[in-house]
Amino acid sequence: MPDLYQQFTTSFVGRQLAPRLGLPQPPILERYRPGQRTVEGAVLVGAAPGGRLVPQLAKVLKDAEAEVWTAEGELREAAGEAGLSPKIFSVNGDGSSAAGDQRFKALVFDATGISDAESLKALHAFFHPVARKLRPSGRVIVLGTPPEDLDGAARVAQRALEGFVRSTGKEFGKGSTSNLVYVGQGAEDQIESTLRFFLSPKSAFVSGQVTRIGKGGAVPAVDWEHPLKGKVALVTGASRGIGEAIAETLARDGAHVVGLDIEPLADDLNRVMERIGGSSLTFDVTEDDAPQKLVAQLKAEHGGVDVVVHNAGITRDKRLANMKPETWDQVIAVNLIAPERITAELLKQDALHRGGRIVGVSSIAGIAGNNGQTNYATSKAGVIGFVDALEDEIAAAGATINAVAPGFIETQMTAAIPIGIREAGRRLSSLGQGGQPVDVAETIAWFASAGSGGVNGNVVRVCGQGLIGA
Amino acid sequence: MPETQTVRRVAIVGGNRIPFARSNGPYAQASNSDMLAAALDGLIDRFDLEGKKLGEVAAGAVLKHARDFNMVREVVLGSRLDKATPAVDLQQACGTGLQATIYIANKIALGQIDVGIAGGVDTTSDAPIAIGEKLRKKLMAVNRAKGNGDRVKALLQIRPGDISIEAPKNGEPRTGLSMGEHQAITAKEWGITREAQDELTVASHQHLAAAYDRGFFDDLITPFEGLERDQNLRPDSSLEKLAKLKPVFGGPDGTMTAGNSTPLSDGASTVLLASEEYAKANGLPVLAYFTDAQTEAVGYVKGEEGLLMAPAYAVPKLLDRHGLTFDDFDLFEIHEAFAAQVLSTLKAWEDPTFNKVKLGRDTPLGPIDRSKLNVNGGSLAAAHPFAATGGRIVASLAKALDEKGGGRGLISICAAGGIGVVAIVER
Ligand SMILES: NC(=O)c1ccc[n+]([C@@H]2O[C@H](COP(=O)([O-])OP(=O)(O)OC[C@H]3O[C@@H](n4cnc5c(N)ncnc54)[C@H](O)[C@@H]3O)[C@@H](O)[C@H]2O)c1
Repeated sequence: MPDLYQQFTTSFVGRQLAPRLGLPQPPILERYRPGQRTVEGAVLVGAAPGGRLVPQLAKVLKDAEAEVWTAEGELREAAGEAGLSPKIFSVNGDGSSAAGDQRFKALVFDATGISDAESLKALHAFFHPVARKLRPSGRVIVLGTPPEDLDGAARVAQRALEGFVRSTGKEFGKGSTSNLVYVGQGAEDQIESTLRFFLSPKSAFVSGQVTRIGKGGAVPAVDWEHPLKGKVALVTGASRGIGEAIAETLARDGAHVVGLDIEPLADDLNRVMERIGGSSLTFDVTEDDAPQKLVAQLKAEHGGVDVVVHNAGITRDKRLANMKPETWDQVIAVNLIAPERITAELLKQDALHRGGRIVGVSSIAGIAGNNGQTNYATSKAGVIGFVDALEDEIAAAGATINAVAPGFIETQMTAAIPIGIREAGRRLSSLGQGGQPVDVAETIAWFASAGSGGVNGNVVRVCGQGLIGA
Repeated sequence: MPETQTVRRVAIVGGNRIPFARSNGPYAQASNSDMLAAALDGLIDRFDLEGKKLGEVAAGAVLKHARDFNMVREVVLGSRLDKATPAVDLQQACGTGLQATIYIANKIALGQIDVGIAGGVDTTSDAPIAIGEKLRKKLMAVNRAKGNGDRVKALLQIRPGDISIEAPKNGEPRTGLSMGEHQAITAKEWGITREAQDELTVASHQHLAAAYDRGFFDDLITPFEGLERDQNLRPDSSLEKLAKLKPVFGGPDGTMTAGNSTPLSDGASTVLLASEEYAKANGLPVLAYFTDAQTEAVGYVKGEEGLLMAPAYAVPKLLDRHGLTFDDFDLFEIHEAFAAQVLSTLKAWEDPTFNKVKLGRDTPLGPIDRSKLNVNGGSLAAAHPFAATGGRIVASLAKALDEKGGGRGLISICAAGGIGVVAIVER
């Protein structure tokens, strides 16, 4: 739902006034509706010579029934091998194109062939002629090779891609997003879930992000309408706010959701779970025996769990000078110690199924820090450490661990922030607005997807490319 | 079917048409029937058909008045042919003329008839205009009313707001887009440039002008209403002149102009077809033979394929049936509804990806030798009175093959509704 300011700037009077007053005009972002295609509209695909992802890219776009465009030549023929018959986008010498006023919903560029700083100009060659041809809520996706897997000039050039993507995110506007996906050598077959996410309106509020995809084992056949069919998903703090949206979204994707919240919110929790056909658990995750009891119950009632989302979180803001030790402890206990203990217990009792997914909920505060949030920011930075620390162990168990770091999301929590700070939080981002709980939920659903086995150890901000901490 | 039945060769004896006129020009007062009658009359003269009973006359018009439900038979009755010559009205959008030829040719091939005429006519100057749906329903009620009192009551039901007219729309009912708008999408998708379209247009005008100058059309056309040549022909057409025109389809950045698209026009054409025996027995010449044809269609409503791309599918099917490749053809007649339509189709046939993915062919159908394309001008120069185009092309191609003393020609015509009609003519 657009906030009041957006309703004003998109109204007739607002449209006239906002530019004159120099006010930002945040666009209305497209969001996913069930049943809709991954990407509705033309997708222009390009590649730097020597790129290795085109065959997989073409296959994904074909499966997603996307309307694909390419330049004539090798790339188009490679797409033909995958059964695509792309439409032709050719640029004349003077920069004009026979495609005239054709606009694109997505621009996807395989940059894995870029091997030195000189060849970075392939980015300019591909994006320059279409820099004004991206439709509202458009998508820019650049695919590269993880720099850390390379040496020398190639490593430099691949690292350079980040600056490009972060700039197009700020430049293209109209609700468009821009993201970089590093695909490890040999992980080419893992890109589908990630490409679909970044192409679709599900990634409406994710921009300027860098994701890494690695080898994730055999990719199962995925029902993209219900990628969590037959899975059991635990969501902590599921009675309201972001947790409620996560529960709804995972249920939409086919999961049986086990929602968890504290006893005082049992009624709210039950209402949510009833609506989505899930089951309720009332626990305080900080209690000593909570992890054991929780895991035992999951095993008894569901034979274990496939997806665990550590969403429960609290803030207890105070300047450090005024902060009591209990206030510190409470926040660390809920936000950091509870996820650690529950995850350890899951592994200990072997309750996380193969193909399992652990998702942490960090925060921009954990990346940028915040006045009055030493406790909270410490706990949320700790969540990033939690992902880093467990990445290898979890992968060895055939599972993944990732985290989202929400920026400004419109919830009861952010509604309580004083208006001046609240407005700044909303507008100081490339998308010029706060996100919706569903934006965080969709990102988590991407991590959780059966097709995301190669997505491990990532922390993805859901912040509309907020300026804070960027 | 009798067991002895064999398929006979179908001879193209000749054709006759009237020059094509621009909409609301010299033929503004002429009806479809008038124009078809004029074209037929010239054909009767040319081949001495007066008083003869023919197997059948098949023709049609795309834009037709409801009262013309039996237009072709009426034209035959008003002609100098034997009144016992049957006739049929056919309609398949811009494929009408060629489809009528296929209809007559098939009957001759099967021995159902020995001789027949195919043709087509269209007027955009005397287009049928219908009254609005509200008024029509109320007038029908007046018509149903019994007695004057009820009739007056029913008449009084008509309100000023009910009075409206509906002119025929040059648009696809399922997309609301005009044919030009559809083709503009296809042109973009195939990367067809403005320059390439204008070049094809200039060639069309130059070829048509040259054909007139050397008398090619002397025995293919009879003048009508003071017009002796196709009115749209611009012998001095040039890239510079065409470059000045503004885009009319595909938005301000579009590549399609009034120059490289066919204009609305009026005209009629006829073709005389016969079995070889009939031709011989009646002392008629044989210009060429109508070998075979194929009609295909594509889905386009959701953008699956371009509206006018069906010929790209019909041609390979027809060629495969005869084991032929483009190299086996001496002439190509690709109807120039829009220059971009011809160029998209040619590009598709050359494109390895289209061939592989859409046609299931490992090697592309290939390019065609452009010096064999529309050598006596095409629709861009002659204009395109929808149903009359097929007859123009069949007769011109047959004559061109006859002039060459032999060879093989391919006809390709796109039509509204995602239809494509193609044929092989041989000498
Ligand atoms: N709203 C934002 O802008 C934003 C930004 C960054 C991060 N986050 C994070 O997202 C998560 C959800 O935030 P929200 O805005 O929906 O907050 P919220 O307060 O609306 O919801 C948090 C839920 O967690 C539950 N919870 C708290 N302590 C618990 C405990 N000890 N045991 C069990 N459940 C407990 C609460 O009862 C509540 O239902 C939190 O981790 C928060 O830190 C939110």
